[in-house]
Amino acid sequence: MRRFSWFNATSLALGFAFLYIPMIILITYSFNESRLVTVWAGFSTKWYGELMRDESFLDAAWVTLRVAVVSSTIATVLGTMAAYVLVRGGRFFGRTLFSGMIYAPLVMPEVITGLSLLLLFISIGLDRGIFTIILAHTTFSMCFVSVVVSSRLVSFDRSLEEAALDLGCTPFDAFRSVTLPLIAPAVISGWLLAFTLSLDDLVIASFTAGPSATTLPIKIFSSVRLGVSPEINALSTILIALVTIGVISASLASKHRITQQKRDERLAEQAA
Amino acid sequence: MSVARRSLIWVPYLWLLLLFLVPFGIIFKISLSDIALAIPPYTPTLDLSEGRAGVTAFLSQLDWENYIFLTEDDLYWKAYLSSLQIAVISTFFALLVGYPIAYGMARAAPEWRPMLMMLVILQFWTSFLIRVYAWIGILSSEGYLNQFLLWTGIIADPLQIMNTSTAVYIGIVYTYLPFMILPIYASLERMDDSLLEAAEDLGCSRMSAFWLVTIPLSRSGIIAGCFLVFIPAIGEFVIPSLLGGSGTLMIGKVLWEEFFSNRDWPVASAVAIVLLLILVIPIILFQRNQQKEQEADA
Repeated sequence: MRRFSWFNATSLALGFAFLYIPMIILITYSFNESRLVTVWAGFSTKWYGELMRDESFLDAAWVTLRVAVVSSTIATVLGTMAAYVLVRGGRFFGRTLFSGMIYAPLVMPEVITGLSLLLLFISIGLDRGIFTIILAHTTFSMCFVSVVVSSRLVSFDRSLEEAALDLGCTPFDAFRSVTLPLIAPAVISGWLLAFTLSLDDLVIASFTAGPSATTLPIKIFSSVRLGVSPEINALSTILIALVTIGVISASLASKHRITQQKRDERLAEQAA
Repeated sequence: MSVARRSLIWVPYLWLLLLFLVPFGIIFKISLSDIALAIPPYTPTLDLSEGRAGVTAFLSQLDWENYIFLTEDDLYWKAYLSSLQIAVISTFFALLVGYPIAYGMARAAPEWRPMLMMLVILQFWTSFLIRVYAWIGILSSEGYLNQFLLWTGIIADPLQIMNTSTAVYIGIVYTYLPFMILPIYASLERMDDSLLEAAEDLGCSRMSAFWLVTIPLSRSGIIAGCFLVFIPAIGEFVIPSLLGGSGTLMIGKVLWEEFFSNRDWPVASAVAIVLLLILVIPIILFQRNQQKEQEADA
């Protein structure tokens, strides 16, 4: 029996107001006519137009998107391999070090990760640019992917894989036709997490980007330092809208999958 | 061992060795070097062409000078202390704000919970930079908060919140709140409600049942949430540099400026190594808490 009290209702209302009012203000004022961001002067979409005409924002957005797609894809492959090895790999030389290196980047301050990678790139003479940002983002986001995927690998029944092997599958076939479909939701959410982390990252990108490549967060940060601007409000609104669409469709998809799974289970029970 | 299995292990292993572990070796080495007007801006650099003599000459030039410098200059230890203080205070407030929200979510009707959960996750997935940026407009002296307070007549002159430590606390609590809410919610959600009924049957008031049953049972969630806010808050750079003023010292910002403005790479590296040493203790405690919880689940 769960009792939902007035205290609960009030704390939820105040809590979600705290979480969302700043963003609602941001979105509202992106439609403000005036350049003075704190004074409302009527509805207008002109800042969106200004934003679209600003080449430097579009360039930065394009760089960010390319970095995010490439780094999150490599990170998903590497992170899934790492998770599989850690959960199913048994014992091997240096396993403790390996799992330490998977968990450490999760709690490492970004300034340290950024600084250390930059010093590496400089000492091996690698020119900084899009390529080095991709290397940096892949490194820290593969660890997040690996944690997400290994929590899924731990929770499912190993005997399914063993059955496939007993029935004559090669280990690779067993992985492809049994393990991979079972962990697919975790692999997809790992990719999404890696993608978002890469889109969002300012600190590590600033260290590893060098002068030739500018990502969207770097661009936003340098203009935000000068104060609030209506173009940035418009850009923020677009980004918030994209994330909202993403999160809502992901949760609808998972709801759909759960209902389908329940229906399958019911049908299986009826058949039995 | 098959080739396939070996490559499965070695590809991610080598990647992390080269791009995670080796860079730390480099940071450590540079923290023992001296600043120089050269490219790269430190000395000595390893010259392998001279063979063993080169290596010895290289090693003999490394020293702990930069670490001694960190202890001598007020700026650094004050920055470490103030980062710790800001992290502790913001963690406390995040707990104070986050717990009632998590508690309300766990008490809400089951059909509402996925929706509430999604609202927390949505805030968390929104760009970090944008969430910090949103507060600049609210807290500045002609910002929305001051406009509102002046309009209601609560204050006569605008409050100076922007560029103070208060703004940094608000920023940290706001951006890291989901990290506090989600683990606490997870531990409250799987709590067995019959325990509360038992407590009340045995004569507990609702309030004392909350303190004696609910809080202890959500302990692992509270601990996990606190570490998830505390650990990243110490090394935070974006929040103090956008919301804090010159009076707010945080070590992440000091490291950034040492590197980008002063171009003193050896000192920046030493600052990073000391920060890591400070973080080792909370990280180990956090790992222990997580391990205990996993064992309790199993």
